[in-house]
Amino acid sequence: MDFVNAIILLLNYIFVPALAYGSQLALGAIFVTLIYGILRFANFATGDMMSFGTMFTILFTWYFQSVGISLGVLPTALLAIPFAIIFMIGYMLLIDKFVFKYYRVNKSPPVQLAMVSIGVMFVTQAVVRIIIGPSDRRFFDGEKFIIKAVEFKEMTGLNEGLAIKSTQVLTIIVTLILVSTLFWFLNKTKTGKSMRAYSDNEDLALLSGIDPKKIVMITWVIAGILATIGGALYGLDKSFKPFTYFNNMLPIFAAAIVGGIGNPFGAFLGGYVIAFSEILLTYAYRKFFMYVLPESMEPGGLVQLLSTDYKFAVSFSILVIVLLYRPSGIFKGKVL
Amino acid sequence: MRKNLNVIAAYSIMMGLIILVGIFQSWNIALSIFNLCLISAVMTMGANIQWGYAGLINFGIMGYTALGGLAAVLISVNPIQEAWSAGGLNILFSLFLIIGMVLAVRYVLKKYEKSKIRTYIIATIIILGIIIIRFVSEPGIEAIEEVDPAKTGFLGGLGLPIIFSWIVGAFFAGGLAFVIGKVALGLRADYLAIATLLISEIVIAIIKHEDWLTRGVKNVIGLKRPAPYEVNLQQTDWFINLVEKFNSSKLNLISDFAERQAALNQFVIEGSSVFVKLCYSGLFLIVVIILLILTQKALYSPWGRMMRAIRDNEEAANAMGKNVVKQHLLIFVLGSAIVGIAGAMLVTQDGLFTPGSYRPMRYTFLIWVMVIVGGSGNNFGAILGGFAVWFLWIEAAPIGLYLVNLTTAGLDDTHVLKVHLIESVPYFRFLMMGIGLLLIMRYRPKGILPEKIEIK
Repeated sequence: MDFVNAIILLLNYIFVPALAYGSQLALGAIFVTLIYGILRFANFATGDMMSFGTMFTILFTWYFQSVGISLGVLPTALLAIPFAIIFMIGYMLLIDKFVFKYYRVNKSPPVQLAMVSIGVMFVTQAVVRIIIGPSDRRFFDGEKFIIKAVEFKEMTGLNEGLAIKSTQVLTIIVTLILVSTLFWFLNKTKTGKSMRAYSDNEDLALLSGIDPKKIVMITWVIAGILATIGGALYGLDKSFKPFTYFNNMLPIFAAAIVGGIGNPFGAFLGGYVIAFSEILLTYAYRKFFMYVLPESMEPGGLVQLLSTDYKFAVSFSILVIVLLYRPSGIFKGKVL
Repeated sequence: MRKNLNVIAAYSIMMGLIILVGIFQSWNIALSIFNLCLISAVMTMGANIQWGYAGLINFGIMGYTALGGLAAVLISVNPIQEAWSAGGLNILFSLFLIIGMVLAVRYVLKKYEKSKIRTYIIATIIILGIIIIRFVSEPGIEAIEEVDPAKTGFLGGLGLPIIFSWIVGAFFAGGLAFVIGKVALGLRADYLAIATLLISEIVIAIIKHEDWLTRGVKNVIGLKRPAPYEVNLQQTDWFINLVEKFNSSKLNLISDFAERQAALNQFVIEGSSVFVKLCYSGLFLIVVIILLILTQKALYSPWGRMMRAIRDNEEAANAMGKNVVKQHLLIFVLGSAIVGIAGAMLVTQDGLFTPGSYRPMRYTFLIWVMVIVGGSGNNFGAILGGFAVWFLWIEAAPIGLYLVNLTTAGLDDTHVLKVHLIESVPYFRFLMMGIGLLLIMRYRPKGILPEKIEIK
């Protein structure tokens, strides 16, 4: 019976990783939800747009590293992100002008726009692979850990260590800042309010003199920021590989829909719902029960609900259940 | 005749391209492209039935393909007696438990009105069922996977000829589509797309990780073949005579006997693999033609007209007394079953089942590109799309290499940019697919061969 150790164990293996992973998903999910709410289509190029932004971050990081600029303990990528965002926004606006605008002006059905986004997905994926290649890349530098497991054990004298990576803390802090700025923007500024109005009722918004071109442009700008930062944070925490980013599109979609598509706050929470359920359901609780239960009742097996192979499947199953019982998501969707 | 001119022209160009590959690269490559084109054509016909006829969007093609492949394994591999005796009973018992669970859920659904309590009861049944099934199946699964894991480690199949799996694959895929359709067809179009995409990922996850059934990522190799083996062919007299007759003009030029024999051997080796591929082509062509006749008949039947009516105006069709939900489910199952056939054909041709190779890019999105590019709603268009896109997918690398060489002709061979570009030639296929799709969507949204509706 040792509750403190048990709690540290859960913190170390479930809470901290899930919080970081959830933040990365949340940024992607808000990106999906914004596009869905304002431009009204499911963007299948999400994952690849994120990898595109990350690619620019990596290129700038390499450049800064080669000229010897660094941020000391912080990763150089933080310095590269603003430059990457500029390129990313340019790319987004270019795509919108040459691809999506035509269908928007013609009022094509959302399915057609989704198909078009598949075309964009193919092109973006090709460009990323041609420029930076398909292999696994790590671009993290600076201090790796804030607290190492060994140090924590020495400090507290407990059996279980708690390791906190600097990328995890960075991810959570950046996400919180970004998301709260975004909500402030959407709720308090005039442009943000007009965006919400446009998403809620397009015709009414046009009647009250809201310029759709400006709304669309700002949406792409915000989307570019979210995609680059979300992608770069994921790449810093794990590693950058175009194929993984493409696959990440699926849990991101799941998060956006679970939270109620079109609802940024829902998408934000949806990211954490997906991340926590993925990790909670696939974690082996054996050690936890060894601490909590008396010796006579110690479990024999791993006490794992599902094997880790089914990590993705968990989030998809949650999505399917939500779609069936509450198609508008946990937090009513379609209001920006 | 005249109104079909564009169809004939498009198909002759396509065949001409494949023949050109045969002449300039090799007949082996041309035939393997042709075979995969035929398989792609079957897949696009399946997707076209759903999208073109009924307007249902199905991004789960990968899942049905994989199930078709699974059917090929379960039908053709010989049963592994040891594995069955080690854990077969547990597996069978779990199967009964699953059936019992489904029946219980159905009973609750039928018996009680929709309410919160009913939802909770169903959830309890499912959760309890899963826990019990895990306890029952765990020892069985472990026992099965321990039987000679390097070679088998799974239950094996029925040991029947692999051709049967084409039909069984259709049933597998159709069955899955029935379940998915029952739950997900009520969703809006883009939700349906996402839901089917995610469900197909779940299917792949199960196939990849349930080693007792599929060997998982250890792959099943050396499946039975419906065609003769090259090695056997090279030793049969009639085949050698045939090759000799075919190449007699070339062989007669060689006077020396030993040299002539060596040349003949070379021809026999090449000829055997071409011959095997031709056998597959014949089999696949039969399937494509049968499916084409059936789908054409369906398209112009009263049923086909009804489907178009449902697609174009669901409410009106509903008001006319057509059961939209039922018809949607039917066409969802039919289309998926056709994709299942293609999945089984694919594994038959490869002779191996590799769950790790099922990726949404190749098996879902590429098929959709084929349907859109070819022309949705038109079977000839869909098949053409399968041919054209697959051809481009394979030939994109040589074309890309040629383009890179052309544009960087001024640069030195060791120039960084040129080396980098040549290394990334394989990814030009994604670029070509994407640009092709975008151009077609923009300038010819109905595809190369658009849908024709004849009003009589």
